[in-house]
Amino acid sequence: MAKYLLLKHYRGAPAPVNDVPMDQWTPDEISAHMQYMRDFADRLEKTGEFVDGQALAPEGTWVRYDGEGRPPVTDGPFAETKDLIAGWMVIDVDSHERAVELAGELSAAPGAGGKPIHEWLELRPFYGVSPTVTE
Amino acid sequence: MTSVMDEARLRSLTPNVLAVLVRRGADFAAAEDAVQEALVEAVRVWPITPPRDPRGWLITVAWRKFLDETRADTARRRREHLVDHEPGPGPATSRDDTLQLYFLCAHPSLTPSSAVALTLRAVGGLTTRQIARAYLVPEATMAQRISRAKRTVSGVRFDQPGDVATVLRVLYLVFNEGYSGDIDLAAEAIRLTRQLAAAIDHPEVAGLLALMLLHHARRATRTAPDGSLVPLAEQDRGRWDTASIAEGVAILQAALARDRLGEFQAQAAIAALHADAPTAEETDWVQIVEWYDELLRLTDSPVVRLNRAVAVGQADGPRAGLAALAELDGTLPRHTAVAAYLHERDGDLATAARLYAEAARKASSLAERDHLTRQAARLNARGRG
Repeated sequence: MAKYLLLKHYRGAPAPVNDVPMDQWTPDEISAHMQYMRDFADRLEKTGEFVDGQALAPEGTWVRYDGEGRPPVTDGPFAETKDLIAGWMVIDVDSHERAVELAGELSAAPGAGGKPIHEWLELRPFYGVSPTVTE
Repeated sequence: MTSVMDEARLRSLTPNVLAVLVRRGADFAAAEDAVQEALVEAVRVWPITPPRDPRGWLITVAWRKFLDETRADTARRRREHLVDHEPGPGPATSRDDTLQLYFLCAHPSLTPSSAVALTLRAVGGLTTRQIARAYLVPEATMAQRISRAKRTVSGVRFDQPGDVATVLRVLYLVFNEGYSGDIDLAAEAIRLTRQLAAAIDHPEVAGLLALMLLHHARRATRTAPDGSLVPLAEQDRGRWDTASIAEGVAILQAALARDRLGEFQAQAAIAALHADAPTAEETDWVQIVEWYDELLRLTDSPVVRLNRAVAVGQADGPRAGLAALAELDGTLPRHTAVAAYLHERDGDLATAARLYAEAARKASSLAERDHLTRQAARLNARGRG
């Protein structure tokens, strides 16, 4: 089994095919989208491949150490940040092919007009554990 | 231990059993561990051999667990002394003991999250795993939080008088966490507040219990089957829990009659006025504004001012609401969402749609974000149509 991170972006991913902001959809289209996401996660739980899923608020802060005895420096949020993560799902699957298949399914979530968004998702493998038996 | 009801009854014995051990001389942290072990054993053993005296059984087993734990050489002398002086299980002043435990677990030296965790375990009798699941953190993290909390209060004398207000804040936090995982924190908060109300006669304890019952009564209608939020005005009032509302109102009225108004009683009064309205249109907004004024006198919080602006918008029209809103700090959470709502009621749909979309980006929960996005979508669709 191998773990993969499926990353969804508010910004920074290549433009999807069905590129209409959500507040321009109809309320029913939004509901259908949410339902699709929920069903997807439920299905993965049933197949034993779901690990975790979380969504992130868009507004974050940059923080760094500023030297002994000084409070940390904070900056942002930057409106121009190119890469803005919206959320993730961690899956535990048998193969890279299966991970790609699932990411493709998630990307087919319906958007405006009830048509798939074809949203670009980022698929990142976790580093695995070193095998105990090597020879 | 086959039903949830049985488990709740078992857990209701927790504070009393724990207090007996502490009174016998066990230190709080060790006694708390021993009671947890006894609870786990009860869950295992009682379905097969139900005890005649559940409380006595728990005390005996917890005490034995405690003695087993202190078997180490360094502790032997102390243990032998304790065994020599072991009192019978006899009647304890359980009301006072329960109250002392609430005070200890909500001690001001604890951070809010520590106080919450310790209260749920030591007073509520939940296991560390259950608490960890409810708060979506790893069990090891929650175990550390609880043991640190126990260390923090280890020097506090058990019979020290405490502050009811700190206890109420902890219970309020638990209630607001709502429902996640297999533990219903809202129901647990109600159970613990009910138990507290039985241990101390205090109008604010009653006020908080009433507030919880009145909000809990609406819970089933607060989310649609698809998980989306349903605002108060659109909830199916026929599905509100009338028994819970009646109980909340009765408790509130008795508390208000004592003429020692506090923040929770005022909040409960507002919840009662909502519960009382057969339809959203029949809500007595004028009286709700008066209660918000009362609440502001008790606690001048920006959140109360924001909610008051909503009520003013209903009582005196959206323009009045917007005027009240204009006096508040625009960076307050939900400020933009309230502005969107008031602009919509004022007929300015374009501004409302823009503000709903902006509010969605600032939302603090996914359900709220989706709800606000849907509001923006609804108005945008109307604009196109």
